[in-house]
Amino acid sequence: MGQYLIRRLLTLTITVAGIMVMTFFIALVVPLDPLASLAGPQAPPETVERLRALYGFDQPVHVQFGRYMGRLLQGDLGTSFQTGRPVLEDILSYFPATIELATTALIVAVLVGIPLGVLSAVYKNALIDHLSRVLSLVGVSMPVFWLGLVLLLVFYFKLGWLPEPGRLDVMLLEPPRVTGMLLVDALLAGDLEVFFDALRHMILPATVLGLWGMAGIARIVRSSMLDVLSQEYIKTARIKGLTERLVLTRHALRNALVPAVTIIGLTYGGLLEGSVLTETIFSWPGLGRYLAKAFLTLDLNAVVGGTMLVALLFSLVNLLVDLVYAFLNPKITLTEG
Amino acid sequence: MTLPPPGRSLDKEELRRHRRRARRQFLTDSLILWRRNPLMIIGSLIILGLVLVAVLAPFLATHDPFDQILADRLLPPTAGRWFGTDSLGRDIYSRVIYGARVTLAIAFLVAAISTPLGLIIGVVSGYIGGALDELLMRCSDIFLAFPKLILAIAFAAALGPGVENAIVAIAVANWPSYARLARAETLSVKNNDYIRVMRVLGAGRLRIMVGHVTPMCLSSIIVRMSLDMGTIILTAAGLGFLGLGAQPPTPEWGLMVSDGRDFLVDQWWVSTLPGFAILVVVMGFNLLGDGIRDILDPHQRQGR
Repeated sequence: MGQYLIRRLLTLTITVAGIMVMTFFIALVVPLDPLASLAGPQAPPETVERLRALYGFDQPVHVQFGRYMGRLLQGDLGTSFQTGRPVLEDILSYFPATIELATTALIVAVLVGIPLGVLSAVYKNALIDHLSRVLSLVGVSMPVFWLGLVLLLVFYFKLGWLPEPGRLDVMLLEPPRVTGMLLVDALLAGDLEVFFDALRHMILPATVLGLWGMAGIARIVRSSMLDVLSQEYIKTARIKGLTERLVLTRHALRNALVPAVTIIGLTYGGLLEGSVLTETIFSWPGLGRYLAKAFLTLDLNAVVGGTMLVALLFSLVNLLVDLVYAFLNPKITLTEG
Repeated sequence: MTLPPPGRSLDKEELRRHRRRARRQFLTDSLILWRRNPLMIIGSLIILGLVLVAVLAPFLATHDPFDQILADRLLPPTAGRWFGTDSLGRDIYSRVIYGARVTLAIAFLVAAISTPLGLIIGVVSGYIGGALDELLMRCSDIFLAFPKLILAIAFAAALGPGVENAIVAIAVANWPSYARLARAETLSVKNNDYIRVMRVLGAGRLRIMVGHVTPMCLSSIIVRMSLDMGTIILTAAGLGFLGLGAQPPTPEWGLMVSDGRDFLVDQWWVSTLPGFAILVVVMGFNLLGDGIRDILDPHQRQGR
C-alpha cells in the first residue's frame, strides 16, 4: 500500500506539471488579441502596446513560458483582465459556492441513487426496476441547462413555489463569512432564516445536478448488486437461514458498494464540471460561472488559473478515489498501478 | 464450420467461403439479438429518424430556417407555425428540423476525428512499447487530468467560437480514452500465438499493426464510441448554449435554447422545444449504445 501510494503521488506530480504546460499552450493558441478588446475599439495602438508589455505578451514564447512557470511556482496566477483582482483571490472567493452546490448535489445523488440501484437489483424486472432504469436513462440524456430552464419556468415563474435564481434572497444579509458556504455559515451564525432561505435556493440547482449524478450511481449499484447476488456465498447465506434483510444488508450490499465508491468519486468530478452550465443558469456566484464568463471574454489569466485549479482538483479527487478503492480492495495494488 | 483434415491447408477459395459464412453468421446473430432488445429498437428508430430528418430537411421544413419576419416574432405554436417563432420571427419547427443536420454532423465528425486518432496512438503505443509508449501515455494522462467538458470549453474558447472549432475541441478532449482502450486491447493480443507466427514469417510491424492488431481493437472502440455519442452531443449543445460553439444564425439546438432564455416566462416554446429535441436524440444514442454493447459482448452471444 505504501509503495502504491508513493507511485501514485509520483505520477500525480508529473500530471500536475503537464497540466501547467497544457494550460499555457491553450492560452497560446488564442487567435484574438484579448488586450485589444480590453482597451476598447477606440484605443490608440500605443495603449494596446503598453498593455501588451504590461502583461508580458510582447516577449518571445520561451520567455513567456519561463515567466509563467516561475509565477506559478510562487502561487501567482496573475491578474484577471475583467475584475482587475488577482485570479487566485477571485477563485478562492467563488470556490466555496461551487463546493457547496456540488456537495449538496452529490448528497442528493447518493441518497437517491444507491437505494434506487439496490431496489432495482433486488426487484429485477419489476415495476420499480423499470422506473429506475427510465429515470437513469433520462438523467444521463438530459441537457442540464435545459432541465434547469424548464424547472425554473415551472417552479419559479409559473407556480412560484421556489425562489428566484441566486444564492440568497436580496432582502437578507449574508452571514459573516467563515467557510464561504452559506448553509454552514448561517448555522454557525445561528441565523435560521438565512439557512432556510439558502436551502430553498439550493433545491433547484442541486436537483438538476443531482439527477445527472444519481443516474450514473443507480446504474452502477444495480449492476454490481446483481453481480454480487448471483454469487455462491449469497446462496450459502440464504441456505443457512438468514433473513433476506440480513443477506442483503450484511452480505450483499457491502461488496456491491465497492464499485460504487469509484463512481461516486467520478461523479463528484463530473458535478464540478457540470457546475459551469448549472451555475450559468441559476446565476450561482461560483467558480463555474466565473470560468464561463472568463472563457467568453477571453480573460486569459482567469481562464488559465481556473482551468488549472479545476484540473488539479479533479486529479486529486481521482487519486483519492483510487486510494480508497485500493484500501477496500487490496488486490488492486498488486496488479496494476 | 468444418475444418480441413490436418496436413492439408485451406486453399484460397475455401478460405473465402469460410470467411463469408462467418460474416453472415455474425450478421444474422446480431439481427436476432437486435430484435430481442426492444429498447435498442427504440434507440435505432430515433437515430434513423434523426438521419432521415437531416437528409429530408428541405422537404420537412415548412419555412426557411433563416428567414426573419420581424412582424411575426414570438408567435405561439399554431396550426401554421407548429413550434411558434423566435425573437427574430424565424420558424422554430423548421430550425429544429435543420438543426438535426448540425447535430448529426457534429456527432459524425467528432467520431471520425477522435476514434482513428485514439486508435492509431493506442495501437502504436501498445505494440511498439518502450519509451514511445511511456511518452504517449503520459501525454494522454495529462489530457485525462482535465474534466472533458472543461477541456472542450477551454479549447473551444481558445480556437474561437464556431461549429468547426467546437468539433475539433470535443475531438481533442475525447481521443485519450480511445487511445487507452486501444492500447489495452493491443497489449492483450500482441503476444498471442498468431501474432508471433506472423512475426516469425517476417511480417513487418506496420503490417501486423494495421492488418492484425487494429481489427481486434475495433469492437471495443465501436462500443465505447457509441456509448460516448450522447455525451458528445450534450457537450456540443452545452458549448452552443454558452456561446462558445455554433454561432448565430446557425440553427444549433443548444444555441436556440440559449436564444430563448430571455423570453422564458411568456414565450416558453422558444427555449423548451429545441431542448426537448436534444433530450430525445441523446436518449436515442444512449439506448442504441447500450444495445450495441450488449450485441458485441461475446458473453451475450454465447448465452443465445
